[in-house]
Amino acid sequence: MSTIAEKFGREDWSRFTPKQRMQRYAAFAFSALALGWALSSIDVIWAWVWDAPEQMGDLLGRMYPPDPSNLGTILNVLMETVNIATFATALGVLMSLPVAYLAAQNTTPNRATLWFGRLILVTSRSVNTIIWALLFVAIFGPGVVAGILAIMFRSIGFIGKLLGEAIEEIDKRPVEALEATGASRFKVIVYAIIPQVMPTFWAVAILRWDINLRESTVLGLVGAGGIGIILQGAIDTFNWPEAATILLAILALVVLGEIVSAFLRRRIL
Amino acid sequence: MLKITDLVKRYGTGNPVLKSLDLTIEGESVVSVIGSSGAGKSTLLRCINRLVEPTSGSIELNGTELTSLRGRELRAARRKIGMVFQGFNLVDRLTVMENVQSGRLGYIPTWAAVMRRYPKKDIRRAYELMERVGIAHYANKRADELSGGERQRVGVVRALMQDPEILLADEPTASLDPKTSEQIMGLLRDLAGELKLPVLINIHNVTEAKIYTDRIVGMRYGRIIFDDTPDKLDQEAMDQIYSGSPHADRSEDLKEAS
Repeated sequence: MSTIAEKFGREDWSRFTPKQRMQRYAAFAFSALALGWALSSIDVIWAWVWDAPEQMGDLLGRMYPPDPSNLGTILNVLMETVNIATFATALGVLMSLPVAYLAAQNTTPNRATLWFGRLILVTSRSVNTIIWALLFVAIFGPGVVAGILAIMFRSIGFIGKLLGEAIEEIDKRPVEALEATGASRFKVIVYAIIPQVMPTFWAVAILRWDINLRESTVLGLVGAGGIGIILQGAIDTFNWPEAATILLAILALVVLGEIVSAFLRRRIL
Repeated sequence: MLKITDLVKRYGTGNPVLKSLDLTIEGESVVSVIGSSGAGKSTLLRCINRLVEPTSGSIELNGTELTSLRGRELRAARRKIGMVFQGFNLVDRLTVMENVQSGRLGYIPTWAAVMRRYPKKDIRRAYELMERVGIAHYANKRADELSGGERQRVGVVRALMQDPEILLADEPTASLDPKTSEQIMGLLRDLAGELKLPVLINIHNVTEAKIYTDRIVGMRYGRIIFDDTPDKLDQEAMDQIYSGSPHADRSEDLKEAS
């Protein structure tokens, strides 16, 4: 007696045909070549790479022990950083609401408004916070205002896009039901759309606040307020012990922000 | 009185889903519409409150021509047409009371709606109706905490809050178990009597249609081929309504056309 497999001579099976296998090898080879070319095209000074551990040890040695004599100022500026992030997030959230409404296909009034909304999103998102900050420092001069505006402008795109997508993914049936009651467009939005995107709204707002907290720590590097200014000052004057304190303070802030946002997420969602 | 004359609905350039359909519903009768999937039952109901735009024909509700209304006038007309859906179509994250009051959205000022400051008489009416269908104790619960039958009761109360002149029900029991399904059908029949309200129900369950409604309309591929009291719906009529295929019906059209 023979098994079915023997009778039909079916004991060979492979995932790919020989042709497919060759194509896959070729794709691998091409990727490897591209990687090799990319590596050779960047100018690495290998001597500096090899003595990096030594330099690192040297730097740590100069940073230790951290100098807490300016801790008062550092904490003050740190608070300013938190304020920049919080204000900018709040304003960004407010401004992103109408943008999300315009950029969602199922709520936007017409084609033109859809593209207008998307244009705002793309503009906001394609420019990095630091670039926005450079721009606003040039307009408003160095300081907190430029920082808040920079973070706000970057946040509008982020929140607007995620919120717009949430609006597009809602269950359309309640919307239809409320339209059938003779409710106006605005009332349908308030009763059928807003309740459905509320969880996303809070999640996105908290996440963005978390991100903004970190982004606002580097704003000072371009003069837009926050703790970055004194960090740069410390590095420029080779005051490594103070730089170490500032870095530790930033680390503490980021960890704290993480804890707060995790707590809020649990409470609200 | 609802009077539909020569109603045609065509999606895109394909065959019409409704083919010059006539239907009149008078008084407070409970009418069921039966027919296989794709017969156009749902489209017919949705043409009445213009969730679907009719291609041509006339729909008149108590003297108002519905097919030509736009904007504010359309919303005013929709207030007078209650609708109950197969999937209940409640807003899950709102409370039962908010869902019920959303039936009044066409009547109350925008600010009152946003702030949830509903008129006293609306709240009283809501409690009356919720008490009537047995969900008053859920007023402050979120809609998604309720069972299917309870959710459909919320759907029914929402439609009744509109103070409608007609109630449309699009397969209101298709997502419910048999027992709950019978309860909802009984409820719709009783409420129609109590509120002197004509009700038009799309339904797949012919047995329930026979028990709970006064008149049965049988549809087959866009046409009404049966319209009589439930006791006249015999096996022959049933076969006519449910036999055939869309393909056969389409080729029939082609023959007619040539």
